Amino acid sequence: MQSAGPISGSRSFLSKLREGDEIARLITFIFAATVVLITVALVYELWTSSVLARHKFGLHFFVSEAWDPVLDEFGALPFIYGTLVTSAVSLLIAIPLGIGASIFLAELAPPRISDTLQFFIDLLAAVPSVIYGLLGIFIVVPMMRNVIYPALNKPFGFLPIFKGPSYGVGMLTAGIVLAIMVIPYIISVSREVLLSVPRDQREAALALGSTRWESTWKVVVPFARTGIMGSVFLALARALGETMAVTMVIGNTPKIAASLFAPGYSIAAVIANDFTEATGELQTQSYIELGLVLFLLTFILNGLARILIIVTTQKGSKVSN
Amino acid sequence: MGGRLRWRKFVSNFMLTLTGVCAGVSVAVLFFILGYLLFNGGTSINWDFFTKLPKPVGETGGGMANAIVGSAKLLAAASLFGVPIGFFGGIYLAEFSGAKMAGVVRYAADLLNGVPSIVIGIFAFSVVVRPFKTFSTLAGAFALGLMMIPITLRSTEEFLNAVPRMLREGAMALGASKWKTIATVIVPAAYRGILTAILLALARVAGEAAPLLFTAFGNRYWSQGWNQPTAALPEMIFRYAGSPYEDWHRQAWAAGLVLLGFILIINILARTILARGIAAPRA
Repeated sequence: MQSAGPISGSRSFLSKLREGDEIARLITFIFAATVVLITVALVYELWTSSVLARHKFGLHFFVSEAWDPVLDEFGALPFIYGTLVTSAVSLLIAIPLGIGASIFLAELAPPRISDTLQFFIDLLAAVPSVIYGLLGIFIVVPMMRNVIYPALNKPFGFLPIFKGPSYGVGMLTAGIVLAIMVIPYIISVSREVLLSVPRDQREAALALGSTRWESTWKVVVPFARTGIMGSVFLALARALGETMAVTMVIGNTPKIAASLFAPGYSIAAVIANDFTEATGELQTQSYIELGLVLFLLTFILNGLARILIIVTTQKGSKVSN
Repeated sequence: MGGRLRWRKFVSNFMLTLTGVCAGVSVAVLFFILGYLLFNGGTSINWDFFTKLPKPVGETGGGMANAIVGSAKLLAAASLFGVPIGFFGGIYLAEFSGAKMAGVVRYAADLLNGVPSIVIGIFAFSVVVRPFKTFSTLAGAFALGLMMIPITLRSTEEFLNAVPRMLREGAMALGASKWKTIATVIVPAAYRGILTAILLALARVAGEAAPLLFTAFGNRYWSQGWNQPTAALPEMIFRYAGSPYEDWHRQAWAAGLVLLGFILIINILARTILARGIAAPRA
């Protein structure tokens, strides 16, 4: 913002310098530029530090299941599979719950209650990943063995995704823990998007004789649809990159299994567990390439999410003006 | 009243109740987590936890004094690195920058904010651990500091922009130079919001374990210096919870309680007392 226009514009450069304005500008500029430099350095480092792996394996990296330090053969498919499956499971659980809760907070609850509940949701978002992992190990894993597995395996065991034994840890367990972790993000963003829907939209629907639910579901939610999608993308980006909680409950087995009860592995988890144990340069670079994949995925999703959310909230303010 | 209308009203009430249940379940998770940690952590915590070093594998007892000190050192160094960059960068965005440069910086900060913490760890490993050939407290602090920058930067900018124009113009009309106006009028007017954001950023990185795994690395003894590996609470929870030892599980619960307590207290203080009367920023 160059707000000082007419005043500073009439001063000579020298007098500005004497008063320190130019020095202050320069100093703060250096800090701002540092942020840009760091970000560029991060991307550059991920790119150049994985050059060997990228050149040696090419696209084969994404379809190969080999992870063999002895033969120097590395493929990421099991990790990509585990990451995608756990994230998909988490969204299946988190989307209905999160959107339902955000509708309640934005449309039904009186402002004071809505704000109080939102405060708790914000606190929930502040709980560290490793705490979710701790509770995952000691609560969700036994629950999976004793409650969820029998309930799903007995009636639906003929389906490949619910077949086979359960060890407690596995992709479904990781998906459930992830769902709990991303729900607050879906709620916070969706609530805000829903609140930005202009009042007249609701009132028009109600005046036409629709019930409260009909006005919410057929008018308000469709109006906010793109923004809600944005919140889901945001949640997906979080789920893909989530490390500690997943590492603690996914079972850390680099196999591709159809069953959700089977243990798996995720990109973030394998980096967390094995990065420091890499024996050769090529293996280290393969882990860094995994990091690069993770970075690109979250980068794209975050970008999409931001665009969708901005588009919707601006639509709201445009219609109401 | 026709049957059709009655049905529609029933559906409406049913679905609206369901959304309430969704909200209730989501919030209940928080109290469940708190209750469980208070119970398990409360029965596991003792004085030794705060004062003793970890015992060798297989022996019961001991504590996590080194991890508590390690976490404090990491957070202090991370703040020293991340907060100034974010704060002064934010001042530049709000007060000096043209639209183009501001767009670039904002974009970079948002990008950095979205980077998964494990990838931040890889970056810190490549630029600090590798060249110095040792895991270190500084490398861990560098990783955590990186994560504090975007939050501090964007909220500093936001809160400075929210300062009323009149204050700015008043100071300038009295003949103050721009930087004097910023230092003595604008920043003081926005300091509560900025401080809130910094505290929230600190609380966020305090719970991070992923970026520490291959930077600060962990240490079963006292860290001998800033260029030596150090233990940290989140990283200890990870290692202890995954171990096969009953007594380590007990200590993981205790550490979880201490860590979550610290983070929630900062969050609550920042969001209620400091943020009173200002819009709370999104962390």
